[in-house]
Amino acid sequence: MTTAAALTSTLAGASKGGLRSFKNSLATVLVSASFCVALIPLVWLLWTVVSKGLKTITTSQWWTHSQRSITFRRPGGGVSHAILGTAEQVLVCTIISVPIALLVAIFLIEYGGGALAKVTSFMVDILTGIPSIVAALFIYAVFITTLGGQRAGIYVSLALVMLMVPVIVRTTEEMLKLVPNELREASYALGVPKWKTITKIVLPTAYSGIVTGVMLGVARVAGETAPLLILVGYSPDTNSNLLSGFQGSLPGMIYSQVPQLGNKRFHYAADRLWGTALTLILIVMVLNVGARLIARRSKIAN
Amino acid sequence: MAKRIDAKNLDIYYGKFLAVSEVSFTIAPRSVTAFIGPSGCGKSTVLRTINRMHEVITGAHVKGDLLLDGENIYDSAIDPVEVRRTIGMVFQRPNPFPTMSIYDNVAAGLKLQSGRLKKSDLDDTVEKSLRGANLWEEVKNRLGKPGAGLSGGQQQRLCIARAIAVEPQVLLMDEPCSALDPISTLAIEDLIQSLKEKYTIVIVTHNMQQAARVSERTAFFNLAGVGKPGKLVEIDETQKIFSNPSDPRTEDYISGRFG
Ligand SMILES: Nc1ncnc2c1ncn2[C@@H]1O[C@H](COP(=O)(O)OP(=O)(O)O)[C@@H](O)[C@H]1O
Ligand SMILES: [Mg+2]
Repeated sequence: MTTAAALTSTLAGASKGGLRSFKNSLATVLVSASFCVALIPLVWLLWTVVSKGLKTITTSQWWTHSQRSITFRRPGGGVSHAILGTAEQVLVCTIISVPIALLVAIFLIEYGGGALAKVTSFMVDILTGIPSIVAALFIYAVFITTLGGQRAGIYVSLALVMLMVPVIVRTTEEMLKLVPNELREASYALGVPKWKTITKIVLPTAYSGIVTGVMLGVARVAGETAPLLILVGYSPDTNSNLLSGFQGSLPGMIYSQVPQLGNKRFHYAADRLWGTALTLILIVMVLNVGARLIARRSKIAN
Repeated sequence: MAKRIDAKNLDIYYGKFLAVSEVSFTIAPRSVTAFIGPSGCGKSTVLRTINRMHEVITGAHVKGDLLLDGENIYDSAIDPVEVRRTIGMVFQRPNPFPTMSIYDNVAAGLKLQSGRLKKSDLDDTVEKSLRGANLWEEVKNRLGKPGAGLSGGQQQRLCIARAIAVEPQVLLMDEPCSALDPISTLAIEDLIQSLKEKYTIVIVTHNMQQAARVSERTAFFNLAGVGKPGKLVEIDETQKIFSNPSDPRTEDYISGRFG
């Protein structure tokens, strides 16, 4: 009787096992299929930009020349003015955003729990949802309408700060949460004060994650267009002065070529548009990979 | 340099929850005292009040006095950071700093406590501490390698080296062997024997054989029931606790009738 019982249960197990393995393969197929579906737009986008932009960015003038005195009827010219403008605006934005965002994230995670932390966290949530054009209008209202400034690149940087800070705060928060509490306790138990525990133990442990967060922030703002249109305009000529005058920028250059996108007779503007788009993607990608390498290197060196 | 510890009527809270109540004991310098008892009775909690690590947890606080060589470390004029420099701690799970090399892990306390130190002094301290933790021979050729690359037992000895590098006077250990294999456990027990010549040691253990092997005195903690505070039932010579305890509850626990 026991053998019979054992036998039935084995048989039941086998057929159950069959069903289970079928369900398992079904799930595998579904998951892989959704993965492919999710990849399609990405690959398609990359393919479009690369195939349409590659020949432009490999021309001799592309990386060294501006668009000075180049019209849509003429080929040639480059993006140097746009790279310079975008680099300056994003760099200043990053320099302002990183310390603010790190301090906010440290406050929320390491000193959080109180009412002020709740309010701050709520504010960061709201900031995350602010459309870039609203951030730009806010800066315009404060610095140009009220304080009487002239449109300039620096105001773009300030508007971008509002978009970058919440991205870095949120990723840094996640990274700080990942640092095991045991490490903080180990440090306190050695008689290390809290602020030194944060700067010497917690931040270095979360370092590579924080760098990734900063890069996400850079990627987030590098392609923003609304603040450019409202706060600095676009100049096809090189202008390295953040404090005055129109300034070239990668999104600005794309935007400036859009009116000629459908022009059948002159395709030069359209070529430059795709070339600029590819340049923007490449720069963000290179920054990303570079930052990851630096983060990994310094971790090993430590 | 080892110091004497007197606990007087400690009531230890997590927020409103009274976790341990009315604990009083005396621990002599240069001795090993074991804390035993069923899990959840508050051994770790009491241990962490000895170096003011308890209050690191939000809402956690302590009532009563804890004297270190007669000085109340819960006096409002005392800086908890200073207390922790005097009373070192080793945790249940080895927790070397993952971003640091073996050398930097041992030097961490000194480097982070005070600013500039001479490299040669630091070298000496690191070697002395690693020798003190019986780890020097195993790691002397790879001091620059990450501390996290060592085995569990080596990591725990690294944590002991890190704790003794700042020359504390008391060393607290919370189940230091519970995550280790038997051989590493033996290594740590041997180490405790040699450390007690310089330090006052308090060790929490759930392993009664270990308590019997390493300690001179044993404190038995117990819990009257769920939600009730833990209490110190008795503290006495280890030999007496294990052969002829004064309290029947201790005897029940030792003889395995519960817990
Ligand atoms: N961080 C904490 N917050 C709230 N309660 C805690 C915390 N840590 C421990 N406790 C409670 O305190 C009591 C004693 O715990 P603990 O000291 O860890 O016991 P033991 O080390 O003897 O197993 C338990 O009831 C436990 O639930
Ligand atoms: Mg415990």
